[in-house]
Amino acid sequence: MSLERSEVESIAHLARLAIDEADIPRYATELSSILGLVEQMNSVDTHGVAPMAHPQDVHQRLRPDAVTEADRREQFQRIAPQVENGLYLVPKVIE
Amino acid sequence: MHLKTIAELSRGLAAGEFSSAELTRAFLERIERFDGQLNSFITVTAESALAAAADADARRAAGEAGPLTGIPIAHKDIFCTEGVRTSCGSRMLDNFIAPYSATVVERMAAAGCVMLGKTNMDEFAMGSSNETSYYGPVRNPWDTDRVPGGSSGGSAAAVAARLAPGATGTDTGGSIRQPAALTGLTGLKPTYGRVSRWGMIAFASSLDQGGPIAATAEDAALLLNAMAGFDPRDSTSIDQAVPDYTAHLGESLEGLRIGLPKEYFGAGLDPEVAAAVHAAVREFEALGASVREVSLPNSHLAVPAYYVVAPAECSSNLSRFDGVRYGYRCEAPKDLEDLYKRSRGEGFGAEVKRRIMIGTYALSAGYYDAYYLKAQQVRRLISDDFRRAFGEVDVLLGPTAPTPAFRLGEKTDDPVTMYLSDIYTIAVNLAGLPGLSLPAGFAAGLPVGLQLIGDYWSEARLLNAAHRYQQVTDWHRRVPAAFR
Repeated sequence: MSLERSEVESIAHLARLAIDEADIPRYATELSSILGLVEQMNSVDTHGVAPMAHPQDVHQRLRPDAVTEADRREQFQRIAPQVENGLYLVPKVIE
Repeated sequence: MHLKTIAELSRGLAAGEFSSAELTRAFLERIERFDGQLNSFITVTAESALAAAADADARRAAGEAGPLTGIPIAHKDIFCTEGVRTSCGSRMLDNFIAPYSATVVERMAAAGCVMLGKTNMDEFAMGSSNETSYYGPVRNPWDTDRVPGGSSGGSAAAVAARLAPGATGTDTGGSIRQPAALTGLTGLKPTYGRVSRWGMIAFASSLDQGGPIAATAEDAALLLNAMAGFDPRDSTSIDQAVPDYTAHLGESLEGLRIGLPKEYFGAGLDPEVAAAVHAAVREFEALGASVREVSLPNSHLAVPAYYVVAPAECSSNLSRFDGVRYGYRCEAPKDLEDLYKRSRGEGFGAEVKRRIMIGTYALSAGYYDAYYLKAQQVRRLISDDFRRAFGEVDVLLGPTAPTPAFRLGEKTDDPVTMYLSDIYTIAVNLAGLPGLSLPAGFAAGLPVGLQLIGDYWSEARLLNAAHRYQQVTDWHRRVPAAFR
Protein backbone atom coordinates (compact mmCIF):
# COMPACT_ATOMS: atom_id res chain seq x y z
CA MET A 1 0.00 0.00 0.00
CA SER A 2 1.48 3.29 -1.05
CA LEU A 3 -0.39 6.52 -0.35
CA GLU A 4 -0.51 9.35 -2.88
CA ARG A 5 -0.07 12.97 -1.95
CA SER A 6 -3.80 13.61 -2.52
CA GLU A 7 -4.73 10.75 -0.15
CA VAL A 8 -2.57 12.21 2.63
CA GLU A 9 -4.26 15.57 2.10
CA SER A 10 -7.68 13.95 2.23
CA ILE A 11 -6.90 11.98 5.41
CA ALA A 12 -5.50 15.10 7.10
CA HIS A 13 -8.70 16.96 6.16
CA LEU A 14 -10.92 14.18 7.56
CA ALA A 15 -8.89 14.26 10.78
CA ARG A 16 -9.00 18.10 10.85
CA LEU A 17 -5.24 18.33 11.05
CA ALA A 18 -3.34 21.15 9.40
CA ILE A 19 -0.07 19.74 8.07
CA ASP A 20 2.70 21.62 6.27
CA GLU A 21 2.86 21.21 2.48
CA ALA A 22 6.53 20.40 2.84
CA ASP A 23 5.79 17.50 5.22
CA ILE A 24 3.34 15.70 2.94
CA PRO A 25 5.91 13.50 1.16
CA ARG A 26 7.31 12.40 4.54
CA TYR A 27 3.82 11.58 5.84
CA ALA A 28 3.10 9.65 2.63
CA THR A 29 6.23 7.54 3.10
CA GLU A 30 5.72 6.95 6.83
CA LEU A 31 2.00 6.19 6.63
CA SER A 32 2.62 3.83 3.70
CA SER A 33 5.26 1.98 5.67
CA ILE A 34 2.90 1.65 8.67
CA LEU A 35 0.17 0.35 6.38
CA GLY A 36 2.70 -2.10 4.94
CA LEU A 37 3.25 -3.42 8.48
CA VAL A 38 -0.50 -3.57 9.12
CA GLU A 39 -1.16 -5.52 5.93
CA GLN A 40 0.80 -8.47 7.27
CA MET A 41 -2.60 -9.29 8.82
CA ASN A 42 -3.68 -10.44 5.37
CA SER A 43 -1.41 -13.48 5.65
CA VAL A 44 -4.04 -15.17 7.84
CA ASP A 45 -7.52 -16.28 6.83
CA THR A 46 -10.07 -14.83 9.26
CA HIS A 47 -13.17 -16.00 7.43
CA GLY A 48 -15.90 -16.69 10.00
CA VAL A 49 -13.85 -15.41 12.99
CA ALA A 50 -16.01 -13.28 15.32
CA PRO A 51 -14.46 -9.81 15.73
CA MET A 52 -13.31 -9.06 19.27
CA ALA A 53 -14.17 -5.60 20.58
CA HIS A 54 -13.64 -6.15 24.30
CA PRO A 55 -10.96 -8.34 25.87
CA GLN A 56 -13.45 -10.26 27.97
CA ASP A 57 -16.52 -9.80 25.77
CA VAL A 58 -18.18 -7.88 28.58
CA HIS A 59 -21.15 -5.80 27.55
CA GLN A 60 -21.53 -2.12 28.25
CA ARG A 61 -22.92 -1.53 31.71
CA LEU A 62 -25.97 0.72 31.94
CA ARG A 63 -27.00 2.88 34.88
CA PRO A 64 -30.31 4.49 35.81
CA ASP A 65 -30.95 7.67 33.85
CA ALA A 66 -30.53 9.96 36.83
CA VAL A 67 -28.47 13.12 37.28
CA THR A 68 -25.24 12.23 39.06
CA GLU A 69 -23.06 15.26 38.33
CA ALA A 70 -23.27 18.69 39.84
CA ASP A 71 -23.26 21.75 37.56
CA ARG A 72 -19.61 22.80 37.30
CA ARG A 73 -19.87 24.94 34.19
CA GLU A 74 -18.02 27.89 35.67
CA GLN A 75 -15.12 25.77 36.77
CA PHE A 76 -14.90 23.98 33.41
CA GLN A 77 -15.14 27.22 31.46
CA ARG A 78 -12.34 28.79 33.45
CA ILE A 79 -9.88 26.68 31.43
CA ALA A 80 -11.52 27.36 28.06
CA PRO A 81 -9.66 29.45 25.46
CA GLN A 82 -12.56 31.90 24.96
CA VAL A 83 -15.95 32.14 26.69
CA GLU A 84 -18.61 34.80 27.11
CA ASN A 85 -21.78 34.68 29.22
CA GLY A 86 -21.36 30.96 29.77
CA LEU A 87 -20.91 30.22 26.06
CA TYR A 88 -17.84 28.88 24.27
CA LEU A 89 -16.78 31.29 21.55
CA VAL A 90 -15.65 30.19 18.08
CA PRO A 91 -15.29 32.14 14.83
CA LYS A 92 -18.58 33.07 13.19
CA VAL A 93 -20.16 30.06 11.44
CA ILE A 94 -23.34 31.63 10.00
CA GLU A 95 -23.09 34.65 7.69
CA MET B 1 16.34 6.45 52.90
CA HIS B 2 16.06 6.56 49.12
CA LEU B 3 17.55 3.09 48.65
CA LYS B 4 14.79 1.45 50.68
CA THR B 5 11.82 -0.22 49.06
CA ILE B 6 8.28 1.01 49.71
CA ALA B 7 7.75 -1.94 52.08
CA GLU B 8 10.87 -0.96 54.03
CA LEU B 9 9.88 2.72 54.08
CA SER B 10 6.44 1.72 55.31
CA ARG B 11 8.02 -0.19 58.21
CA GLY B 12 10.35 2.75 58.92
CA LEU B 13 7.42 5.16 59.10
CA ALA B 14 5.49 2.76 61.34
CA ALA B 15 8.49 2.38 63.65
CA GLY B 16 8.93 6.15 63.86
CA GLU B 17 12.45 6.02 62.37
CA PHE B 18 11.54 8.99 60.16
CA SER B 19 8.46 11.02 59.35
CA SER B 20 6.69 11.39 56.03
CA ALA B 21 7.76 15.04 56.05
CA GLU B 22 11.42 13.98 56.29
CA LEU B 23 10.97 11.32 53.65
CA THR B 24 9.16 13.66 51.28
CA ARG B 25 11.80 16.35 51.70
CA ALA B 26 14.52 13.79 50.98
CA PHE B 27 12.91 12.76 47.68
CA LEU B 28 12.16 16.38 46.70
CA GLU B 29 15.83 17.17 47.29
CA ARG B 30 16.87 14.25 45.10
CA ILE B 31 14.58 15.45 42.32
CA GLU B 32 16.09 18.93 42.63
CA ARG B 33 19.60 17.53 42.56
CA PHE B 34 19.32 14.86 39.86
CA ASP B 35 16.40 15.47 37.56
CA GLY B 36 18.32 17.96 35.41
CA GLN B 37 20.15 14.90 34.05
CA LEU B 38 17.01 12.84 33.44
CA ASN B 39 14.04 15.14 32.69
CA SER B 40 11.77 12.58 34.34
CA PHE B 41 9.34 15.12 35.85
CA ILE B 42 7.16 17.61 33.95
CA THR B 43 5.78 19.17 37.13
CA VAL B 44 7.07 18.90 40.71
CA THR B 45 4.42 19.67 43.33
CA ALA B 46 6.75 20.34 46.27
CA GLU B 47 4.42 22.54 48.27
CA SER B 48 1.36 20.28 48.13
CA ALA B 49 3.62 17.25 48.73
CA LEU B 50 4.89 18.72 51.99
CA ALA B 51 1.33 19.55 53.03
CA ALA B 52 0.20 15.99 52.22
CA ALA B 53 3.18 14.61 54.14
CA ALA B 54 2.23 16.69 57.19
CA ASP B 55 -1.32 15.34 56.90
CA ALA B 56 0.01 11.81 56.69
CA ASP B 57 2.13 12.33 59.79
CA ALA B 58 -0.92 13.69 61.62
CA ARG B 59 -3.00 10.68 60.57
CA ARG B 60 -0.27 8.38 61.80
CA ALA B 61 -0.11 10.22 65.13
CA ALA B 62 -3.90 9.73 65.38
CA GLY B 63 -3.46 6.00 64.84
CA GLU B 64 -5.07 6.02 61.40
CA ALA B 65 -2.12 4.98 59.23
CA GLY B 66 -2.24 2.27 56.58
CA PRO B 67 0.71 0.69 54.76
CA LEU B 68 1.00 3.53 52.24
CA THR B 69 0.34 6.45 54.59
CA GLY B 70 3.11 8.97 54.03
CA ILE B 71 4.79 7.14 51.12
CA PRO B 72 5.87 9.56 48.37
CA ILE B 73 4.97 8.55 44.82
CA ALA B 74 4.86 10.14 41.37
CA HIS B 75 1.98 10.09 38.91
CA LYS B 76 2.38 9.75 35.18
CA ASP B 77 1.19 13.02 33.67
CA ILE B 78 -1.68 11.19 31.96
CA PHE B 79 -3.66 11.02 35.22
CA CYS B 80 -5.78 14.11 35.88
CA THR B 81 -4.85 15.89 39.11
CA GLU B 82 -7.23 18.59 40.26
CA GLY B 83 -5.60 22.01 40.29
CA VAL B 84 -2.33 20.69 38.83
CA ARG B 85 -1.31 20.86 35.17
CA THR B 86 -2.02 17.56 33.41
CA SER B 87 -0.19 17.78 30.09
CA CYS B 88 -0.14 14.20 28.80
CA GLY B 89 3.28 15.15 27.39
CA SER B 90 1.62 17.36 24.78
CA ARG B 91 1.65 20.99 23.74
CA MET B 92 -2.11 20.49 23.34
CA LEU B 93 -2.51 20.28 27.13
CA ASP B 94 0.45 22.43 28.22
CA ASN B 95 -2.03 24.92 29.72
CA PHE B 96 -4.52 22.33 31.03
CA ILE B 97 -5.13 22.55 34.77
CA ALA B 98 -7.31 19.51 35.44
CA PRO B 99 -10.65 20.42 37.06
CA TYR B 100 -10.91 16.99 38.71
CA SER B 101 -8.74 14.07 39.80
CA ALA B 102 -8.56 10.60 38.27
CA THR B 103 -9.95 7.73 40.34
CA VAL B 104 -6.42 6.31 40.64
CA VAL B 105 -5.16 9.63 42.00
CA GLU B 106 -8.05 9.85 44.48
CA ARG B 107 -7.59 6.25 45.61
CA MET B 108 -3.87 6.64 46.18
CA ALA B 109 -4.37 9.92 48.03
CA ALA B 110 -7.00 8.22 50.19
CA ALA B 111 -4.47 5.47 50.95
CA GLY B 112 -2.13 8.20 52.21
CA CYS B 113 0.32 8.40 49.29
CA VAL B 114 2.08 11.75 48.91
CA MET B 115 2.30 12.98 45.31
CA LEU B 116 5.75 14.37 44.50
CA GLY B 117 4.80 15.45 41.00
CA LYS B 118 3.83 14.45 37.49
CA THR B 119 6.18 12.43 35.33
CA ASN B 120 7.23 12.88 31.73
CA MET B 121 5.85 10.56 29.07
CA ASP B 122 5.56 10.08 25.34
CA GLU B 123 2.94 12.47 23.96
CA PHE B 124 -0.51 11.01 24.69
CA ALA B 125 1.34 7.77 25.62
CA MET B 126 2.25 7.16 21.98
CA GLY B 127 5.82 6.00 21.87
CA SER B 128 8.29 3.42 23.12
CA SER B 129 11.21 5.65 24.01
CA ASN B 130 9.83 8.79 25.68
CA GLU B 131 11.22 10.82 22.79
CA THR B 132 7.83 12.09 21.55
CA SER B 133 7.19 14.25 24.65
CA TYR B 134 6.62 17.98 24.08
CA TYR B 135 8.81 18.44 27.18
CA GLY B 136 11.83 16.72 25.67
CA PRO B 137 13.15 13.18 25.98
CA VAL B 138 13.72 11.41 29.27
CA ARG B 139 17.12 9.80 29.80
CA ASN B 140 17.82 6.37 31.21
CA PRO B 141 19.63 6.55 34.58
CA TRP B 142 21.67 3.47 33.64
CA ASP B 143 23.15 5.33 30.67
CA THR B 144 21.98 8.86 29.99
CA ASP B 145 22.72 8.51 26.25
CA ARG B 146 19.96 5.90 26.14
CA VAL B 147 16.19 5.98 26.32
CA PRO B 148 14.27 4.77 29.39
CA GLY B 149 11.60 3.19 27.18
CA GLY B 150 8.08 4.49 26.89
CA SER B 151 5.53 5.65 27.15
CA SER B 152 5.81 5.71 30.99
CA GLY B 153 9.50 6.65 30.63
CA GLY B 154 9.44 9.46 33.20
CA SER B 155 7.91 7.23 35.87
CA ALA B 156 10.47 4.51 35.14
CA ALA B 157 13.50 6.84 35.10
CA ALA B 158 12.35 8.56 38.31
CA VAL B 159 11.98 5.27 40.21
CA ALA B 160 15.17 3.76 38.73
CA ALA B 161 17.15 6.80 39.93
CA ARG B 162 15.28 6.63 43.24
CA LEU B 163 13.80 10.10 42.82
CA ALA B 164 10.56 8.42 43.91
CA PRO B 165 10.10 4.99 45.53
CA GLY B 166 7.21 4.14 43.20
CA ALA B 167 5.10 5.61 40.44
CA THR B 168 2.01 5.06 38.37
CA GLY B 169 2.09 4.22 34.69
CA THR B 170 -0.28 3.24 31.94
CA ASP B 171 0.11 0.44 29.44
CA THR B 172 -1.63 0.34 26.05
CA GLY B 173 0.93 -1.78 24.19
CA GLY B 174 3.73 -2.21 26.72
CA SER B 175 4.08 1.27 28.19
CA ILE B 176 4.54 0.05 31.79
CA ARG B 177 6.41 -3.19 31.11
CA GLN B 178 8.90 -2.04 28.46
CA PRO B 179 10.19 1.01 30.41
CA ALA B 180 10.30 -1.11 33.60
CA ALA B 181 12.44 -3.62 31.66
CA LEU B 182 14.77 -0.98 30.23
CA THR B 183 15.38 0.62 33.65
CA GLY B 184 15.62 -2.49 35.86
CA LEU B 185 12.26 -2.17 37.63
CA THR B 186 9.13 -4.19 38.36
CA GLY B 187 6.09 -3.01 36.41
CA LEU B 188 2.62 -4.53 36.26
CA LYS B 189 -0.08 -4.09 33.65
CA PRO B 190 -3.23 -5.46 35.29
CA THR B 191 -6.16 -7.27 33.66
CA TYR B 192 -8.23 -4.93 31.49
CA GLY B 193 -10.97 -3.58 33.77
CA ARG B 194 -8.98 -4.00 37.02
CA VAL B 195 -7.88 -0.36 37.45
CA SER B 196 -10.23 2.52 36.72
CA ARG B 197 -9.57 4.52 33.57
CA TRP B 198 -11.66 7.46 34.84
CA GLY B 199 -9.56 10.61 34.63
CA MET B 200 -6.78 8.76 32.81
CA ILE B 201 -6.52 10.56 29.47
CA ALA B 202 -7.68 8.07 26.85
CA PHE B 203 -5.44 6.81 24.06
CA ALA B 204 -6.93 3.46 22.96
CA SER B 205 -9.83 2.71 25.27
CA SER B 206 -10.09 -1.04 24.67
CA LEU B 207 -6.38 -1.48 25.52
CA ASP B 208 -5.43 1.20 28.09
CA GLN B 209 -4.81 0.07 31.65
CA GLY B 210 -3.08 1.78 34.57
CA GLY B 211 -0.65 0.02 36.88
CA PRO B 212 2.31 0.41 39.24
CA ILE B 213 6.04 0.78 38.58
CA ALA B 214 8.32 0.08 41.56
CA ALA B 215 11.57 -1.57 42.53
CA THR B 216 10.08 -4.85 43.72
CA ALA B 217 7.06 -7.10 43.25
CA GLU B 218 6.16 -6.53 46.90
CA ASP B 219 6.06 -2.77 46.29
CA ALA B 220 4.01 -3.24 43.11
CA ALA B 221 1.56 -5.33 45.16
CA LEU B 222 1.26 -2.59 47.80
CA LEU B 223 0.58 0.03 45.12
CA LEU B 224 -1.88 -2.18 43.22
CA ASN B 225 -3.83 -2.71 46.45
CA ALA B 226 -4.53 1.02 46.44
CA MET B 227 -5.08 1.41 42.67
CA ALA B 228 -7.36 -1.53 41.88
CA GLY B 229 -11.10 -1.79 42.25
CA PHE B 230 -14.48 -1.25 40.66
CA ASP B 231 -15.38 2.26 39.61
CA PRO B 232 -18.91 3.03 38.41
CA ARG B 233 -17.52 6.09 36.61
CA ASP B 234 -15.51 3.91 34.20
CA SER B 235 -17.93 1.94 32.03
CA THR B 236 -15.26 -0.70 31.32
CA SER B 237 -14.34 -1.22 34.97
CA ILE B 238 -15.23 -4.75 36.05
CA ASP B 239 -16.92 -5.39 39.38
CA GLN B 240 -14.61 -8.06 40.74
CA ALA B 241 -13.39 -8.33 44.34
CA VAL B 242 -9.87 -7.00 44.96
CA PRO B 243 -7.73 -9.47 46.89
CA ASP B 244 -4.88 -8.30 49.14
CA TYR B 245 -2.07 -8.60 46.60
CA THR B 246 0.54 -8.87 49.35
CA ALA B 247 -1.16 -11.85 51.01
CA HIS B 248 0.24 -14.60 48.75
CA LEU B 249 3.63 -13.16 47.81
CA GLY B 250 5.56 -15.71 49.82
CA GLU B 251 3.78 -18.86 48.66
CA SER B 252 5.86 -21.68 47.24
CA LEU B 253 6.21 -22.02 43.47
CA GLU B 254 6.27 -25.81 43.81
CA GLY B 255 4.14 -27.17 40.99
CA LEU B 256 3.77 -23.86 39.13
CA ARG B 257 3.56 -24.65 35.41
CA ILE B 258 5.51 -22.14 33.32
CA GLY B 259 5.24 -22.00 29.53
CA LEU B 260 7.90 -20.50 27.27
CA PRO B 261 6.22 -19.26 24.09
CA LYS B 262 8.61 -20.38 21.36
CA GLU B 263 7.66 -17.37 19.22
CA TYR B 264 9.17 -15.08 21.90
CA PHE B 265 12.62 -16.58 21.51
CA GLY B 266 13.08 -16.30 17.73
CA ALA B 267 14.99 -14.04 15.37
CA GLY B 268 15.41 -10.46 16.56
CA LEU B 269 15.98 -11.36 20.21
CA ASP B 270 19.32 -10.05 21.47
CA PRO B 271 21.44 -13.10 22.49
CA GLU B 272 22.47 -11.55 25.82
CA VAL B 273 18.81 -10.84 26.65
CA ALA B 274 17.98 -14.44 25.73
CA ALA B 275 20.80 -15.71 27.97
CA ALA B 276 19.52 -13.67 30.93
CA VAL B 277 15.97 -14.96 30.42
CA HIS B 278 17.18 -18.57 30.21
CA ALA B 279 19.17 -18.11 33.42
CA ALA B 280 16.00 -16.85 35.09
CA VAL B 281 14.13 -19.91 33.84
CA ARG B 282 16.65 -22.08 35.71
CA GLU B 283 16.02 -20.06 38.88
CA PHE B 284 12.30 -20.65 38.55
CA GLU B 285 12.96 -24.40 38.08
CA ALA B 286 15.09 -24.36 41.22
CA LEU B 287 12.15 -22.72 43.01
CA GLY B 288 9.98 -25.71 42.08
CA ALA B 289 8.31 -24.60 38.86
CA SER B 290 8.04 -26.91 35.88
CA VAL B 291 8.86 -25.43 32.49
CA ARG B 292 7.74 -26.44 29.03
CA GLU B 293 7.61 -24.90 25.58
CA VAL B 294 4.25 -23.64 24.31
CA SER B 295 3.18 -21.97 21.10
CA LEU B 296 1.29 -18.73 20.45
CA PRO B 297 1.13 -19.19 16.67
CA ASN B 298 -0.44 -15.83 15.83
CA SER B 299 2.13 -13.76 17.76
CA HIS B 300 3.55 -12.25 14.56
CA LEU B 301 0.15 -10.66 13.86
CA ALA B 302 -0.03 -8.74 17.14
CA VAL B 303 1.93 -5.64 16.08
CA PRO B 304 0.08 -5.36 12.73
CA ALA B 305 -3.36 -5.70 14.38
CA TYR B 306 -2.39 -3.28 17.15
CA TYR B 307 -1.44 -0.59 14.62
CA VAL B 308 -5.01 -0.63 13.39
CA VAL B 309 -6.90 -0.96 16.67
CA ALA B 310 -4.84 1.55 18.67
CA PRO B 311 -4.71 4.30 15.99
CA ALA B 312 -8.41 3.82 15.18
CA GLU B 313 -9.37 4.30 18.83
CA CYS B 314 -6.87 7.16 19.20
CA SER B 315 -8.26 9.01 16.19
CA SER B 316 -11.68 8.82 17.79
CA ASN B 317 -10.56 9.67 21.35
CA LEU B 318 -8.35 12.57 20.30
CA SER B 319 -11.12 14.19 18.27
CA ARG B 320 -12.13 15.85 21.57
CA PHE B 321 -9.12 18.17 21.31
CA ASP B 322 -10.69 20.86 19.17
CA GLY B 323 -9.35 24.15 20.53
CA VAL B 324 -12.80 25.11 21.81
CA ARG B 325 -13.32 23.87 25.35
CA TYR B 326 -9.84 23.48 26.82
CA GLY B 327 -6.26 23.06 25.75
CA TYR B 328 -4.32 24.71 22.95
CA ARG B 329 -5.99 27.12 20.53
CA CYS B 330 -4.20 28.55 17.47
CA GLU B 331 -3.76 32.31 17.00
CA ALA B 332 -6.32 34.26 14.95
CA PRO B 333 -8.40 31.48 13.36
CA LYS B 334 -10.10 32.71 10.18
CA ASP B 335 -13.04 30.31 10.45
CA LEU B 336 -14.15 27.28 12.48
CA GLU B 337 -12.42 24.74 10.24
CA ASP B 338 -9.19 26.73 10.43
CA LEU B 339 -9.58 26.81 14.22
CA TYR B 340 -9.90 23.02 14.39
CA LYS B 341 -7.19 22.26 11.89
CA ARG B 342 -4.51 24.62 13.11
CA SER B 343 -5.21 24.06 16.82
CA ARG B 344 -4.77 20.33 16.22
CA GLY B 345 -1.96 20.65 13.69
CA GLU B 346 0.05 22.91 16.02
CA GLY B 347 -1.01 21.27 19.30
CA PHE B 348 -0.12 17.69 18.38
CA GLY B 349 3.37 16.37 17.65
CA ALA B 350 4.42 14.25 14.67
CA GLU B 351 3.83 10.76 16.16
CA VAL B 352 0.36 11.67 17.42
CA LYS B 353 -0.53 13.08 14.00
CA ARG B 354 0.74 9.94 12.26
CA ARG B 355 -1.43 7.74 14.47
CA ILE B 356 -4.51 9.92 14.12
CA MET B 357 -4.09 9.76 10.35
CA ILE B 358 -3.61 5.98 10.27
CA GLY B 359 -6.71 5.56 12.42
CA THR B 360 -8.73 7.99 10.35
CA TYR B 361 -7.74 6.11 7.20
CA ALA B 362 -8.54 2.68 8.70
CA LEU B 363 -11.99 3.85 9.78
CA SER B 364 -12.85 5.75 6.60
CA ALA B 365 -15.58 4.64 4.21
CA GLY B 366 -14.56 1.65 2.12
CA TYR B 367 -11.59 0.63 4.31
CA TYR B 368 -13.33 -0.39 7.53
CA ASP B 369 -13.64 -4.10 6.70
CA ALA B 370 -10.12 -4.43 5.35
CA TYR B 371 -8.51 -2.80 8.38
CA TYR B 372 -10.61 -2.42 11.52
CA LEU B 373 -12.80 -5.50 11.16
CA LYS B 374 -9.82 -7.59 10.07
CA ALA B 375 -7.80 -6.38 13.06
CA GLN B 376 -10.65 -7.24 15.46
CA GLN B 377 -10.74 -10.76 13.98
CA VAL B 378 -6.97 -11.13 14.33
CA ARG B 379 -7.37 -9.92 17.90
CA ARG B 380 -9.69 -12.87 18.52
CA LEU B 381 -7.09 -15.31 17.11
CA ILE B 382 -4.41 -13.84 19.37
CA SER B 383 -6.69 -14.08 22.39
CA ASP B 384 -7.54 -17.70 21.49
CA ASP B 385 -3.81 -18.55 21.39
CA PHE B 386 -3.50 -17.42 25.01
CA ARG B 387 -6.65 -19.28 26.01
CA ARG B 388 -5.19 -22.52 24.65
CA ALA B 389 -1.83 -21.89 26.34
CA PHE B 390 -3.51 -21.31 29.71
CA GLY B 391 -5.14 -24.71 29.34
CA GLU B 392 -1.63 -26.20 29.62
CA VAL B 393 0.31 -23.83 31.88
CA ASP B 394 -0.30 -21.28 34.66
CA VAL B 395 2.07 -18.54 33.59
CA LEU B 396 3.90 -17.63 30.38
CA LEU B 397 7.50 -16.41 30.61
CA GLY B 398 9.66 -14.62 28.07
CA PRO B 399 11.64 -11.46 27.45
CA THR B 400 9.81 -8.13 27.91
CA ALA B 401 11.68 -6.39 25.10
CA PRO B 402 13.92 -7.78 22.34
CA THR B 403 16.91 -5.60 23.30
CA PRO B 404 18.13 -3.58 26.27
CA ALA B 405 17.76 0.23 26.18
CA PHE B 406 18.65 1.75 22.80
CA ARG B 407 20.31 5.10 22.15
CA LEU B 408 18.39 8.35 21.92
CA GLY B 409 17.65 9.01 18.26
CA GLU B 410 18.41 5.44 17.22
CA LYS B 411 14.84 4.61 16.16
CA THR B 412 13.23 8.01 15.66
CA ASP B 413 13.66 8.09 11.86
CA ASP B 414 11.53 5.05 11.19
CA PRO B 415 8.24 4.62 13.09
CA VAL B 416 7.95 0.93 12.17
CA THR B 417 11.35 0.09 13.70
CA MET B 418 10.23 1.82 16.89
CA TYR B 419 6.93 -0.10 16.90
CA LEU B 420 8.76 -3.43 16.83
CA SER B 421 10.36 -2.74 20.23
CA ASP B 422 6.95 -3.70 21.69
CA ILE B 423 6.78 -7.02 19.86
CA TYR B 424 6.47 -9.14 23.06
CA THR B 425 4.16 -6.86 25.00
CA ILE B 426 1.41 -5.84 22.57
CA ALA B 427 -0.43 -9.17 22.35
CA VAL B 428 -1.12 -9.01 26.10
CA ASN B 429 -3.05 -5.74 25.66
CA LEU B 430 -4.98 -7.09 22.68
CA ALA B 431 -6.08 -10.04 24.84
CA GLY B 432 -6.63 -7.87 27.96
CA LEU B 433 -4.42 -10.09 30.14
CA PRO B 434 -2.19 -9.10 33.06
CA GLY B 435 1.56 -8.90 32.38
CA LEU B 436 4.47 -8.12 34.67
CA SER B 437 8.05 -7.18 33.88
CA LEU B 438 10.78 -7.76 36.43
CA PRO B 439 14.55 -7.25 36.31
CA ALA B 440 16.45 -10.42 35.41
CA GLY B 441 20.06 -9.43 34.83
CA PHE B 442 22.09 -7.26 32.53
CA ALA B 443 23.16 -7.21 28.90
CA ALA B 444 26.15 -4.99 28.06
CA GLY B 445 25.71 -3.27 31.44
CA LEU B 446 22.03 -2.47 30.83
CA PRO B 447 19.05 -4.01 32.63
CA VAL B 448 17.14 -6.91 31.07
CA GLY B 449 13.45 -7.40 31.74
CA LEU B 450 11.63 -10.68 32.07
CA GLN B 451 7.93 -10.80 31.33
CA LEU B 452 5.40 -12.99 33.12
CA ILE B 453 1.94 -13.22 31.55
CA GLY B 454 -1.02 -14.70 33.39
CA ASP B 455 -4.64 -15.54 32.75
CA TYR B 456 -7.34 -12.98 33.58
CA TRP B 457 -7.30 -11.76 37.22
CA SER B 458 -4.08 -13.62 38.05
CA GLU B 459 -2.16 -10.54 39.23
CA ALA B 460 -1.59 -12.13 42.64
CA ARG B 461 0.02 -15.18 41.04
CA LEU B 462 2.32 -13.07 38.84
CA LEU B 463 3.35 -10.99 41.86
CA ASN B 464 3.93 -14.18 43.87
CA ALA B 465 6.18 -15.67 41.15
CA ALA B 466 8.09 -12.38 40.79
CA HIS B 467 8.48 -11.99 44.56
CA ARG B 468 9.84 -15.50 45.03
CA TYR B 469 12.34 -14.91 42.23
CA GLN B 470 13.35 -11.66 43.95
CA GLN B 471 13.99 -13.60 47.19
CA VAL B 472 16.76 -15.57 45.44
CA THR B 473 18.17 -12.83 43.17
CA ASP B 474 19.24 -9.24 43.74
CA TRP B 475 18.77 -7.63 40.30
CA HIS B 476 15.92 -5.55 41.74
CA ARG B 477 18.25 -4.05 44.37
CA ARG B 478 20.71 -2.68 41.82
CA VAL B 479 20.73 1.10 41.50
CA PRO B 480 22.66 2.97 38.78
CA ALA B 481 25.99 4.15 40.25
CA ALA B 482 25.50 7.85 39.44
CA PHE B 483 22.24 7.97 41.43
CA ARG B 484 23.04 5.95 44.55
